[in-house]
Amino acid sequence: MANNKIKPSVGERIFDTVNVIFMIIMIIITLYPMLYVVFASFSNPGKFMMHYGPLWHPLDFTLVSYEAVFKNPNIWNGYRNTLFVVVVGTTINMLLTIIGGYILSRKNWLFKRPLSLGIVFTMYFSGGLIPFYFTVRALKLDNTLWALIIPTAINTYNMIIMRTAFAAVPDSLEESAKLDGASHFTILFKIMVPLVVPTIAVLILYYAVGHWNSWFNAMIFLTRSRSKYPLQLILREILIQGSLTEMTLGAGMDDKEMISETIKYAVIVVSTVPILCLYPFLQKYFIKGIMIGAIKG
Amino acid sequence: MYKLSNEISMNLGDTSKKLSLPDKVKKDVMRNKELYLLAIPIILYYLLFHYWPMYGAIIAFKNFSPARGILKSPWVGFEHFENFFSGVYFGRTLRNTLTISITQLIVGFPAPIILALLINELKNKAFARTVQTITYMPHFISLVVICGMIKQFTSDTGFITQLLSYVGFRKQTMLNNPRLFVPIYVISDIWQHVGWGSIIYLAALTGIDQELYDAAKIDGAGRWKQTLYVTIPGLLPTITILFILRTGNILSVGAEKIILLYNPSIYDTSDVISSYVYRQGLLHSDWSYSAAVGLFNSVVNFSLVVFTNWLSRKTTDTSLW
Repeated sequence: MANNKIKPSVGERIFDTVNVIFMIIMIIITLYPMLYVVFASFSNPGKFMMHYGPLWHPLDFTLVSYEAVFKNPNIWNGYRNTLFVVVVGTTINMLLTIIGGYILSRKNWLFKRPLSLGIVFTMYFSGGLIPFYFTVRALKLDNTLWALIIPTAINTYNMIIMRTAFAAVPDSLEESAKLDGASHFTILFKIMVPLVVPTIAVLILYYAVGHWNSWFNAMIFLTRSRSKYPLQLILREILIQGSLTEMTLGAGMDDKEMISETIKYAVIVVSTVPILCLYPFLQKYFIKGIMIGAIKG
Repeated sequence: MYKLSNEISMNLGDTSKKLSLPDKVKKDVMRNKELYLLAIPIILYYLLFHYWPMYGAIIAFKNFSPARGILKSPWVGFEHFENFFSGVYFGRTLRNTLTISITQLIVGFPAPIILALLINELKNKAFARTVQTITYMPHFISLVVICGMIKQFTSDTGFITQLLSYVGFRKQTMLNNPRLFVPIYVISDIWQHVGWGSIIYLAALTGIDQELYDAAKIDGAGRWKQTLYVTIPGLLPTITILFILRTGNILSVGAEKIILLYNPSIYDTSDVISSYVYRQGLLHSDWSYSAAVGLFNSVVNFSLVVFTNWLSRKTTDTSLW
């Protein structure tokens, strides 16, 4: 029965063709803005200034914009701060998320329910930005990189994903380990963690990308320490506030204005390529993460 | 018989209650020492960074100054709330927040569903995977970069402005035009997240029982009918959950993208509650007032989530909790 392939009707064939065309348009719409950025970043600043409309290749290929970007100490400094936050922040995130996910997945202890309620409640209600700001200041975390790490040490949604993964491990494993006299620490780190490595990989990626891209907390907490700015805040200065003074220093008046446009595109490339390079390798994990999250815990 | 078992269960209930609560807790702590130890950092984190700010929100009812601290600042009751509700900003920020949310709900919510359905219909699976890989990509680009790109592309010399001028639009710095803010905000959001948003629906699609399709085919259903009677009903629980979340969040448009895109000349259509709280509180140091606005927002958001969840449980049996 199933082998009796029915010949597709005219309508179906039209639909299939239109669908493929639509998808090709989707691909172009998605990719073109990114390609434009790449083309512009390699373009001659003067030629680019005179050019209007879409770009199909770099105009008079040159690396001057990249030279200006790499000579800029703020970019390097920003990179260093961001790397610190990504590495240290993600480590702390994972440690707490694993512990939290584990204790929330244990069934036979009294505190589980009140704790879960108390935690889930914070997903739907918060004190607001201003009290949060003063809390961080009261803890003397402002104007240090810890302000970007400690206040966001746990993402509740991620912790629930972790809990779901732990809860899926058969109870018998824990019970037999307990009979052998294993403590909760041993059970967690020797038995449970190796079993949920895929979930851990996903969450590491979520947290790391989150740290890499975050800028708001840096903006509100690092008001008096510019040297601690992460990359995204430097980017904001360049892209949104349009301040390029230090980068174009040394260039003549006219050149300054010209090169400032292509520099913006080079900065975008320099800051985004690391993430997008990892992307194809990590893709399957991200998707897995969404699927785990989709299962109601 | 019925009575007897009832009595027994009542007695059982009594015996377990004989242990007083403190004793029960003590016993449990002894038995699960390590779990309680492990819980300490978690509890500490939530107390410090979630519950302490909730307590701190009482500055909304005070005239807070950092020098005096939360406790010693004088109470003013609902003064800040009254100022907000009677001022011009209440109407404006509420209107803008709702406009952005509702536009996103109407245009942005169905977009990933449609994309998932169309990807699902692609015959060439390798091509389908390529489409997925490419459309997920913008999701990982940072917001600062996305907004920087938007700013560049929609400036008076930007390539999008240029393309639009070919079809009759005026050349202008689009982000200085108050009427264009919401379209730019919503369209760029769809561009960035439509692929990523479709994953969850594609996952749900793989969960639909293949036999349902076979049965529909035997009944003579074509692909359109199969979509209508098998695929869409199969997606409905997922759609419902996500819809509840979205409607519950209708008054929480985040400040980040707004702050990156707006400028004073378009505050009239772009300033939302959260960006107003940020500006008033952290830029103009009007702490108690902006805490009041933020608290109002939090309370309304929370009520909306509870309400939509209740409504959905009543009507569709699907709920978050």
